[in-house]
Amino acid sequence: MKKNGKVTNIFLSGVGGQGTILASNILAEVFLKAGYEVKKAEVHGMAQRGGDVTTHFRFGKKVYSPIIKYGDVDFLLSFELLESIRYINWVKPEGKIVINNQEILPPAVNLGMAQYPKDVEKAFKKYFKENVHLVNGQEIAKNLGNMQAANVVLVGAFSNFFPEIKDEQWIDAIKALLAPKLHDLNVKAFYEGKKAL
Amino acid sequence: MKKELMQGNAAVARGAWEAGVKIAAAYPGTPSSEILQDIAGTYPEIYAEWTPNEKVAVEVAAGAALTGARSMAIMKHVGLNVAADPFMTLSYTGIKGGFTIVVADDPNVHSSQNEQDSRNWARFAKVPMLEPADAQECKDFVKIAFDISEKFDTPVMLRTETRVAHSDSPVVLGERKESAMSMGLDPKEAPKYVMVPLNVRVRRKVVDERMEKLEAYADKFKYNVMEINDTKIGVISSGVSYQYTKEVFPEWSYLKLGMVWPLPKKMIAAFFKKVKKVVIVEELDPFLETEIKAMGYKIFHGKDVIPIRYELSPEIVESALKGKAYKAPKIRLKPGDLPRRPPNLCAGCSHRPLFYALKKLGAFVFGDIGCYTLAVAPPLQALHACICMGASVGMAHGAMKALGNEGLGKVVAVIGDSTFLHGGVTPLMNVVYNKGNSTTIVLDNRITGMTGHQEHAGTGFTIRQEPTNMVDYEELGKALGVKSIRKIDPYDIKACMEIIKEEMAKNEPSLLICKDSPCMLLRRAKPLERFKNSLYVIDTDKCRGCRMCLEINCPAISWHAEEGQTKDGQKRKGTVYINPDQCVGCEVCAQVCKFDAIVPGTK
Repeated sequence: MKKNGKVTNIFLSGVGGQGTILASNILAEVFLKAGYEVKKAEVHGMAQRGGDVTTHFRFGKKVYSPIIKYGDVDFLLSFELLESIRYINWVKPEGKIVINNQEILPPAVNLGMAQYPKDVEKAFKKYFKENVHLVNGQEIAKNLGNMQAANVVLVGAFSNFFPEIKDEQWIDAIKALLAPKLHDLNVKAFYEGKKAL
Repeated sequence: MKKELMQGNAAVARGAWEAGVKIAAAYPGTPSSEILQDIAGTYPEIYAEWTPNEKVAVEVAAGAALTGARSMAIMKHVGLNVAADPFMTLSYTGIKGGFTIVVADDPNVHSSQNEQDSRNWARFAKVPMLEPADAQECKDFVKIAFDISEKFDTPVMLRTETRVAHSDSPVVLGERKESAMSMGLDPKEAPKYVMVPLNVRVRRKVVDERMEKLEAYADKFKYNVMEINDTKIGVISSGVSYQYTKEVFPEWSYLKLGMVWPLPKKMIAAFFKKVKKVVIVEELDPFLETEIKAMGYKIFHGKDVIPIRYELSPEIVESALKGKAYKAPKIRLKPGDLPRRPPNLCAGCSHRPLFYALKKLGAFVFGDIGCYTLAVAPPLQALHACICMGASVGMAHGAMKALGNEGLGKVVAVIGDSTFLHGGVTPLMNVVYNKGNSTTIVLDNRITGMTGHQEHAGTGFTIRQEPTNMVDYEELGKALGVKSIRKIDPYDIKACMEIIKEEMAKNEPSLLICKDSPCMLLRRAKPLERFKNSLYVIDTDKCRGCRMCLEINCPAISWHAEEGQTKDGQKRKGTVYINPDQCVGCEVCAQVCKFDAIVPGTK
């Protein structure tokens, strides 16, 4: 993580209903508590209707723009394969990428009018080499008993990039944002995700 | 001092609470909807209500202000068009208790029918306008807006836009301070509040005098800030445009305007003296540019390079101002090559079979604003006009008048329940009054769907979930004089088609109301209970791969190209698959299938 006035840019992408907004809220809670200025922007007019969802997340000592400059993404955290490759041009050459290994077919593909992109991982690796990480979020969450926790699995995996943030800080944020009955599941999801990367 | 990360809209709500607001009224609209929801959910000291439309919201808030209460009306940009009538004249009467109109613009039309720039309303109505650039300013500016409102006896506009309204940034929380204004109505003030010509002429002059005072105030306004750094270039900007520009050109000098109307003329003059070249960066219209040029200044750059439409962003500002020196990031993949992911009607949504029926009937559909506008997308493509809230009913009537008998059987107006109550009732009255013959279908899904489930006069609940009266659309239609009123079940495609066909052909006004078809996401209405089965599956022995079921554009159904044949030997190029995680058992695809290849399954 860069200090000394630099801003870190995290771009989250996924499909409405995948819980990207909760994931970005966890990040916000963590980095705000860690003493940074945080800005977060999302467009969520019709996301409930299965459209694509993106969140621009920025933290640093002083942050001006709520949205990331095109090409300036340090971390791409994506919850779906097509919605990751869609933003490949946004990532800095040295940027890091975490992708949930899940396909959700958009209408044009459902109708047989378009192809779902093949080899998303390969396309990323061509440019970003070892900085590309796929996580089987659905599978891990399913094994824990609830597919809904896939988003927190991804957050767990993503937490590896910030060694200066302690596990407790992530767990506190998860607990602060979720109902008590969901705490056990999501704490487990966080640790399983952390191990997965 | 407690600091919290807040969405711009939540910060506006907080600002209202801290400012001692007593009354808040709104009609939901992206990106403003969360403000009143937040007020109702978080701040019991503020009375909050969803009104049928924005005009009513402004009138409710204005009436409250007249008693001395601080009040607020909240809307999206196009909502102010609806509320323009009371708004324009409230500028003349002034207010008593502080009165703020929050208007949220939507540059880039993320979820709107146009991209209008609300700053023009401030100039048009001769009222001050504040424009926050982040959540902290949202909160601070709401409080200042009320102070200005009471000090100058004027409505004040607070303009946000998508990237401020829907962005989160840290906010330092304060405490609520009740207004010191005494409460009560004073009949002796009638000349100020009764806008008959004699009084209007008096007030007209007051408006101009007030603007002069506000101009002087703008020069001292502490949120009009000059930041002098490198004096070679100075930027005049406001709101999120300032943030984008500061992000990419931190070394330049800035005049950041917190108040965008009226403009601080002396401050602008001083800025032009301090810097060599002035650049104006603003989203949408050349509002500041036109005014500043009219003051006689020459600018280095403005709308000659900064786009006049859609939203700005750091890279748009950077590339516009750097010109050829801007280095675009490397293109690794053309995004246009990827399939888009537009929003779609939910699996099981009652709008899907209704629009499928209309498509089969070949009707010209005057649509309206709501989730059902999505029926315009392929493959449904069953909606042919959509202008503004409530327009469908009046437009269908006008089209029928123009077409005469030729139009019978071919035209229909389709409007959601919330939209009908917003702006569809008056035009339906007009259809009857002027002896029209158009057909209006009210898609009653028991909630304001598109903006995220807000209550309205037809849901039976207030914003704070207290049970209340529920408009009866049938009785309302009768009262307006509609004779042919029928309930339709959108999930029965065949029956629906028959009824709609009959009604469109009738030479009299018809009102059709969708029954038992609540929004799929409205849990309290138990939308899934009406379905006999919880899942349908493809019988691959029978599926001929005719793709008819794909025409309804259900997110649960997908095409699988794989050559094969039915049990009785019919060759096919592929078959379809119903995703059991998404299917809710609405049976619409089964009704569409001609080969009985879609059958109940078990989850």
